[in-house]
Amino acid sequence: MTDATATPQAAPATSLVAADARTQKRNRAERRFRAYGMAAILTGLFFLVVLVSSILYNGVGAFQQSFVNVPVYLDPAKLDKNGTGDIEEIKKVSTFGYAPLIQDGLLSEVQKSGIETPLTKSKDMKNLLSASAAAEVRDYVVANPEQIGETVEFRLLASSRVDGYLKGRVKREDVADDKNISVEQLDLTDQLRDAGIVSKGFNLSFITGADASESRPEQAGIGVSMLGSFFMMLVVLVLSLPIGVAASIYLEEFAPQNRFTDLIEVNISNLAAVPSIVFGILGLAVFIQFAHLPQSAPLVGGLVLTLMTLPTIIISTRASLKAVPPSIRDAALGVGASKMQSIFHHVLPLAMPGILTGTIIGLAQALGETAPLLLIGMVGYIASNYPDGFASGFLDPNSAMPAQIYEWAKRADPAYYERAWGGIIILLVFLLTMNAIAIILRRRFERRW
Amino acid sequence: MSRFTLSTSALAILAVSATAAAARDNVQVAGSSTVLPYASIVAEAFGENFDFPTPVVESGGSSAGLKRFCEGVGENTIDVANSSRKIREKEIKACAEAGVTDIIEVRIGYDGIVFASQKTGPEFTTFTQADLFNALSPKVVIDGKLVDNPYQKWSDFNADLPDVEIATFIPGTKHGTREVFEEKVLVQGCEDTGAYELLKAEAEGEDDKAKGKAAHKACYNVRTDGKSVDIDGDYTETLARLDSNSNGVGVFGLAFYENNTDKLKVATMADVAPSTETIASGEYPVSRPLYFYVKKAHIGVIPGLKEYAEFFVSDEIAGPDGPLSDYGLVSDPELAATQTLVADEATMGEGM
Repeated sequence: MTDATATPQAAPATSLVAADARTQKRNRAERRFRAYGMAAILTGLFFLVVLVSSILYNGVGAFQQSFVNVPVYLDPAKLDKNGTGDIEEIKKVSTFGYAPLIQDGLLSEVQKSGIETPLTKSKDMKNLLSASAAAEVRDYVVANPEQIGETVEFRLLASSRVDGYLKGRVKREDVADDKNISVEQLDLTDQLRDAGIVSKGFNLSFITGADASESRPEQAGIGVSMLGSFFMMLVVLVLSLPIGVAASIYLEEFAPQNRFTDLIEVNISNLAAVPSIVFGILGLAVFIQFAHLPQSAPLVGGLVLTLMTLPTIIISTRASLKAVPPSIRDAALGVGASKMQSIFHHVLPLAMPGILTGTIIGLAQALGETAPLLLIGMVGYIASNYPDGFASGFLDPNSAMPAQIYEWAKRADPAYYERAWGGIIILLVFLLTMNAIAIILRRRFERRW
Repeated sequence: MSRFTLSTSALAILAVSATAAAARDNVQVAGSSTVLPYASIVAEAFGENFDFPTPVVESGGSSAGLKRFCEGVGENTIDVANSSRKIREKEIKACAEAGVTDIIEVRIGYDGIVFASQKTGPEFTTFTQADLFNALSPKVVIDGKLVDNPYQKWSDFNADLPDVEIATFIPGTKHGTREVFEEKVLVQGCEDTGAYELLKAEAEGEDDKAKGKAAHKACYNVRTDGKSVDIDGDYTETLARLDSNSNGVGVFGLAFYENNTDKLKVATMADVAPSTETIASGEYPVSRPLYFYVKKAHIGVIPGLKEYAEFFVSDEIAGPDGPLSDYGLVSDPELAATQTLVADEATMGEGM
């Protein structure tokens, strides 16, 4: 930018080639300012990188899970004592009856593959396997009772400690006081991995599965609360889009300009800035205590988030209606269209990309919101049941993704900490997708005048 | 267009609320966040082993759970309240007023409360109640007189303790754990150091009993100069505070400690190490019973309720080798009595 010194008003005494002191000073100021801006951007980028890398570093583990391949002999003497094959008789054997069979199976597999270990009792195998293993085998037997008496190969979840060890989260030197795993069991884990009996794989059930109790973090998934979030977003979309658009069309196109409409406008802008927890208290008082809607239900969550999203949608809709040039309206009215026709046939379609962008951004904001859910009982709830239908999806107690992440972060077992970060990754993917859709819509359909 | 979507959305809401009155087929549980992990372990195993749906378990605290429990009888009220303390007279009364008269009280076992510090931190390995009282109380006894607590370091009052600044993280007053901490640690320490007698002499009251009560209450006080921090969140928050303060001592549940032995080391209390064995035998002094309460009127109405209660206290779940014990619950030596109590549906008052 040094040629900027060649100003037409340059005093005759100064050279055109060398800048004078004043110009140099101004140029220095400009360079300094650019450096500040660059520094600001670099700081922002640095924090972004730190944030993203720490999320990925902590959370990627949740998408991997260790499995143990165990051939289980389904002992008829234990599972079907009378040999009747009656399904009701078989169902009477609880998961506590299955656990020893699986442990025996793993032990014989260990001995067969020639691994030398001081652990020779089948009870020693208990800590290697997830508590969910027995339920998995029992479900299989109840579904296929004819398999009793056979040896069936199962791919079962490893316990969270074994999983953590293979991922490097559980360290050998830390387990001295841990009653959930011993050093010998970790040694055995290493040998089992070398023998191919224990292996890591992609953890689909983390994305689709239900939440689990605190004793088996390896089984927990975010699927059910994802459905909870989905039903909440459905309520938000179905309510806030029509109400928000109708309100903004009326305010923008039809409402007279007077004190009353001014007051409404000011209030809408203020509502957009109200902290979300306030909406939670409102929801608790109005929807649960007054209207007696069920607690922890996505319907109530959706209603509360609708209240929160409405101002965002109204403001962005009004902005995009305002951006449609008056000539469009005038032209429509000029060829004889009624006011309503001019709006619905011409103005609204042109404003649609802006409205949709605002709606999607409002929804994305609502999706990540935890504070209002805290008060209506969606936090602290174990989302272990899939809703069994459309109506129950709205009304049965459920959690939501951010609430589930918060819940996991609170739990005692460190394996849940990893799940919480994994949940954050999934939530971020959702938010990024929604924002990307908003950007694409704007790019493709927005018209500039 | 917007009129159309408006009316359809209104229709959808109507249709949804119409199905709200449908009958309930699952057990609903709410209450203590301390009992929540145990209840969710049981609920999960219950769903796996029975044809009934998995019970719905919510937390929210003992008091909140009992309040919802006492709202009345009927499908829109909860069936079971988990509690980390015994139900209070006031709550029984509130229950009776709402029509909940037959309550079955089930004790599931004991929960130990432990004092732990950073694994690599100073050697906090033995505490007595008196040590903690001296560290935490605003008034302590020095040379037979009650004075404002001058202690800045643990070694100031007990040369065996590390020479580091006092920093403790104790549960906030909304926690049930705090109550146990006050009763079993502070009051005991108060008596051991002789502060109780001095406080009683100072206390105002009509007779000896009232004075004793006031002194008892004064023993609960905790210094407010920043040496002791109330944690209103859960144990994860306490753990985070300890992570950033190597001299800190925190209060945890036994189950939480046992899941985080890689970061924490535990201290003995009055020379007894906390473990499920010492708590079950009563040697370890800081423990409390955990309960759940069942509405008798709902048995037979809500499918699976009695089966859930029986399953909860069965030997394979709550026994010394069961999953609850694995997680950190101290099994109740009188479990068999509890099992008959549940089987007979003995309500409070008649069965106890």
